[in-house]
Order: sequence, then C-alpha cells, then structure tokens
Amino acid sequence: MARRKKKQEIFALGNEAVVEGALIAGCTFYGGYPITPSSEIMEIMASRLPAHEDGVFVQMEDEIASMGAVIGASLAGRKAMTATSGPGFSLMQEHLGYACMAEAPCVLVNVMRGGPSTGLPTSPAQGDVLQARWGTHGDHPIIVLSAADVQECLEMTIKAFNMAEKYRTPVILLIDEITAHTREKIELPNPGDYEIHSRVVPSMPPEWYKPYEETVRGVPPMPPIGSGYRFHVTGLTHDRNGYPTSRPDEVDELMQRMHRKIDQFFYDIQLTEETTCDDADVVVVAYGSVARSAEFAVQQARESGVKAGLLKLQTLFPYPRRAMEKLLAHARTLVVPEMNMGQISREVKRVNMGRASVRTINRVDGQIITPSEILKVIMQG
Amino acid sequence: MAKKKKGQSKVTVYPDWCKGCGVCVSFCPAKVLELDETGKCHVAREDDCIHCGFCELHCPDFAIVVTDKKPKDEQA
Amino acid sequence: MNEVTGNEIIHQYLRHNKKFPHVLCAGCGHGIVLGSLIRSVHSLDIPKDDVVIVAGIGCSGRLAVYVDFNTIHTTHGRALTFATGIKMSNPKLKVICIMGDGDALSIGGNHLIHAARRNIGVTALILNNNIYGMTGGQSSPATPSGSTSMTAPFGQLEESFDTVSLGQGAGANYVARGTVFHVQKLERLMCEAITKPGFNMLEVLTPCHTQYGRKNKFKGPVDMYKWLKKTAVPVERYQEMKEEQRGDRIPIGVFTDKGNPGLEERYFGLKKELLAKQQAAEGK
Repeated sequence: MARRKKKQEIFALGNEAVVEGALIAGCTFYGGYPITPSSEIMEIMASRLPAHEDGVFVQMEDEIASMGAVIGASLAGRKAMTATSGPGFSLMQEHLGYACMAEAPCVLVNVMRGGPSTGLPTSPAQGDVLQARWGTHGDHPIIVLSAADVQECLEMTIKAFNMAEKYRTPVILLIDEITAHTREKIELPNPGDYEIHSRVVPSMPPEWYKPYEETVRGVPPMPPIGSGYRFHVTGLTHDRNGYPTSRPDEVDELMQRMHRKIDQFFYDIQLTEETTCDDADVVVVAYGSVARSAEFAVQQARESGVKAGLLKLQTLFPYPRRAMEKLLAHARTLVVPEMNMGQISREVKRVNMGRASVRTINRVDGQIITPSEILKVIMQG
Repeated sequence: MAKKKKGQSKVTVYPDWCKGCGVCVSFCPAKVLELDETGKCHVAREDDCIHCGFCELHCPDFAIVVTDKKPKDEQA
Repeated sequence: MNEVTGNEIIHQYLRHNKKFPHVLCAGCGHGIVLGSLIRSVHSLDIPKDDVVIVAGIGCSGRLAVYVDFNTIHTTHGRALTFATGIKMSNPKLKVICIMGDGDALSIGGNHLIHAARRNIGVTALILNNNIYGMTGGQSSPATPSGSTSMTAPFGQLEESFDTVSLGQGAGANYVARGTVFHVQKLERLMCEAITKPGFNMLEVLTPCHTQYGRKNKFKGPVDMYKWLKKTAVPVERYQEMKEEQRGDRIPIGVFTDKGNPGLEERYFGLKKELLAKQQAAEGK
C-alpha cells in the first residue's frame, strides 16, 4: 500500500458523478432527451463526449428514440448509456425489452422523481423500483442497481457498465432526486482502481460464429457490426443463428439461457453493504438516499443500546436474498423504509417468509425519510 | 439488358420458389411464359425471348433467371 | 465488371440457409424492392460487411432476414433511431432503413421527421403499400381517402400522407419516389439514395394485393402493377401537365437533392477541431 498516489478529490453533484463513472467505465456513446432531474447528466455528457477521443453524443427527439440509438450504438460496438426520469423511463420500456431480447449491453440511469405521470418533477421518490424490474412486457431478466450517495453514484455506474458488458444485458441504475442533486466531495479513482470489463468478442472465423449460441456462461460473444461477422438481430424470439423461430424447443432454450446467464452469477451481481449487522436484533433494509438516513438512525440506536444494523441494498434486482437470509438467523425485526407505498418490502417479505416481523415506513409526499422517523420504529423493536 | 435477337436466350424458372403471381406472364412482351396447371410459371416459348429482362427484374420471388444460351466467346 | 446478371447476382446475396421462398404473398412488390436493393449495392461495389439493413416491423420488416448483410430487425416504427445510433457510432457503415408506410409515417412519424431534420446519413426506404399488411389489412396513414380497409369498412374518411412533401417539409436532403413497376428507375434512385450524403428518403410504391387490392376492386396482383404503370408519371412530365390532366396521377423521380453533409460528418469534423485545440493547449 506504500506510495499510493493520492486520489483527486472533486466537489460534485450525484449526476456529475454518474458521468465521471461512465467515462471511467469506457462509455463512448450517450443518446438522450432532457428531463428533470436527470438533465445534468446529459448536459455534462454534451460537453465532455465531443471533446473525448472517441465519444459520441446525440440529442434524440424523445426517450424512445434515445434508447433506440443507445442499442444501435451498443450493437455497433460502443459502451452506451442514457439517463432519464419517471415519464421518460416509461417511454424507454419498449426498447428495454428489445435490449434484453437482442442481448445488447447498455446502461440506463433513472433519476427517480415523484409520480405517477408528471408527478413531482423536482422531488425525490422511489416509486420506479418495480417498474425497473417488470416494466417492459414479457418475462425478462434484468439487473437493477441503486446508489445512496454521490461517491456511490460513481462506483455503481462503473459496476453497471461492467455488469452490462459481462452479461450482455441492459442494466438500470436507480438513483433518486436527492442523491442526484446532492453536491459533496468525492474521490476520483486512480486508473486501475476498478476492474473494467468489456464484452467478449468472437475469436473464431465468421463462418463458424453463431450469434446466440448456448455457452457455459450463457453469454455468447458479441462482435461489433461491420467487423466481418454478419448476423441477424431481432426482437422476435430467435434460434442460435439469430433467425426468428417459434419452435418450442428453440424458444425454451433461448428463454432459459437468458435467465440463466443472470441467475447463475448471483454472487457477482448481488451487491449489498452491511453496517453493524453481525449481532443485530433489528435490521433496517434500505437503498438509495433513504439508506443514508437509515445509517444515521442505526448509529443512534446503537448509542442508546439497541442492537441495530443496516443492510444497504446496492443491487435491487435480482433481489439479494442470500445476504438477507444470513441476517434472518438472528434478526427479530426488519425495518423497510422507502419513498413509496411498499415496493422492495414485498421482496423482503417474500424472503422473510414470516420469520422476523417486518415493519415498513412509507412516505410518498416528495420528502425524504428522516433518521428520526426510522429511529422511532427501530426503538419500538 | 440490351435486347437480343430471338432464340439466343435461356430462361430458367425455379418452380419451388415461384408463387404463381402471374406478373411475369402478363407483362412478357414476347409471351414466352405461361402459367401451368399447378398455377406456376413455366417457359412455353423460349425461342421467342428477346432478353428484355422484365421477368427477371419483376419476379418478387427471385424465381426466374434469363441468361445467354451460349457463352459470350462462342457468339460470333 | 462482374459477368453475372439479374437474379444470379441476387442469389449471391441471399441467406440460403433461410427458408425460401420468402414469407411474402404472391405478387407482393416487397420482393422486387429487395431485388433492386441487392442489385444497387452490387453495382455500387459496397462490401457486404459495410452494409447495415435496419428494418422496422411489418411485411417490410421481414425483408432484412433474407439478405446476407448486417441485418437488424427492430421495433415498430423505430428503425431510424437504431440507425442513428449505428451511423453515429461507425460512420463508415452504409446504413439502410427499410420501413413500411405504417411503420415510418404513423408510429415512426416523429422519428422520420427528426431524422430528416437532423440530416443523419441514413438511407430511408419507405415501402408504401397503402395498408397495414401483416396485421391483416387495417388503414394506414397512406391509405387513400375513400378506399376500404378492415378498420374503414365504410370507406376511409381521413386524408393520406404525401410522403414526399412530408420529407421535404422536414428538411430531408434527398427525396425521391419510385415504384416496383419501374424497376430500372427504382434502381437508379436507390443507388443515389445510398451514395448521397445526409438523410436520403426514397418512397417506393409497392402493391399489396392480399390486404389492399382485394378490398379495393383490383382483381389480382397483375391489376395492381397495371395500375402503377398507368398512374405513375415522371415528375418532370407531371410538372408540365395541367391540373385537370393530373387527376390521380402520381409523380415519380427525384424531388429534392440538396447534397448537404450529414450529421455524422459534421459531428466528427467538430470533434477533430476540439481535439486539435486541446492538443494545442497542452503543447503550450
């Protein structure tokens, strides 16, 4: 650890940190449409990418088009992303499904604001959690991450790109308006601090290549368009060659592989952070900006002698059940604070299976959940 | 696609690909093609072909090929 | 020069491991468009690897899978958005969008006008068959007023789009119209639409007998081709015609040809400038 280069520190918005993370991860394409409270991501990208060695920025006509352009860029071999908020996220659902089906890696940042519909454009909420998981039609696997503070915005964006590239899947990063618009000091990582993953490209001759072949990892290699590997990409259910099919055996193989490639790598995908959880009687399960309130509440509870702990979810879906399973050996109570009417608490209850008592704190007035609100529930045991 | 004298062109139809739409038959200026009893195109009067290329260009199913009968160098 | 001609060329470009004959109905003009496209690419000598076909949904969307290029079958109406992403990512590629009339003008109308305004270097082929064919013959924005369809059994009340004026109004760089009856002309237009810079739009009138013709007094596919032969007139002649002579004649040919550089060209030009400035600043 000797002579480690001191990290550069910057004073940044959550949205700015997302851009920093994306550029570190190797993002070279941004296609987007402005929407509060995610617009800063687009604005900064608009000034950074054209001056970047290989960056491309396009402002599209709407969110449907943004996501389309992102998938196009991804197929052409770039690491691509877009950012949006509630109403725009609804529009992107169509192409999110296409990205799952075509297995086009991409990152979508959704800065959650109050809803439904136009809702509260400048207030935080966590109402899009289940939409992120189930928003697009059809049975599909997807990875949903969240970030609690500005430093984490940077880290999780890098991880989102890595996961997208490793598993050839769209990855959604959910942050809420509070985190996106908080300005605080963060450390920029030195080169090499983070492992950066890029998609595996085929090494076999083009005539041997099958774009959607069954492999052990479940993730077939992916060449960029124009590199000599000519193949068909479609949103229809397809066979190993990428051609549309409705043969039950081929359909089943595709669907099973698509789900397997995410499920079997749970240990890599399911990220959580524990604070004083080892002996906790009361465990708060939180994510996003609420996790910061929860952390403070847990600290205060410990000071007053209550064995409290925090399980911060960084991955929301696939739901990190194993991390919770372990805590259920000793936890008597689970507290789930969320800025919605109870979305992740459904997952918590599903995994809990009646073992501990689950208490929810729900707030939907566009205000953040304060530490004292959480502390009150912790103290009730 | 220059027009040629009659009797110099070879017209091939792939019946497996033909769907019998009849576009080639009705527009052929030399009435070379006909629909047979199965409803598909067949070559009835090949010697009348003037190699205008209409059928080849207008076949939506790529089922007709018109070529020269003899290789180029044998033609005087 | 390659000695093979006509359909022999086409067979070099088809994916013969796909099931043939293709899925389209007997007499459908889409096959002719595909043939013209292949011959155009062949005559322009563009390598297969550099051609990207981006198709939408519908009968026209099914064309992509049959040709041995880089092919992408996208979502309904959104082909141009994917094409924008691809062209901006790799400007070397020839990106050709194949869309239907419902695809490009209805659900994809927004994307079409903005692609035209943005002048992204993509070729948009709009295969206009006046109907939603694959879903069973419902009215499209190109269904002529007065004709019948599954969703206008008593006659279409709405007016149809004039694709050419739409493209011109939106600022497309190159706007042309051809028909599948006038194949040689279509090929010339297609070659231009593929090679010119910026957003090039080519509307192709391609009859649909199964879903449109049968309900609108066309006895067979051949009748529809005869109708095309009769109604389509070169735009130069159309302009000389008097109003009463025009009737329901449809002008074909080139309507706009600006030759402005595409967005990708301008973007990468800007990037070059910015990088040069950066280098100069670092050098000081």
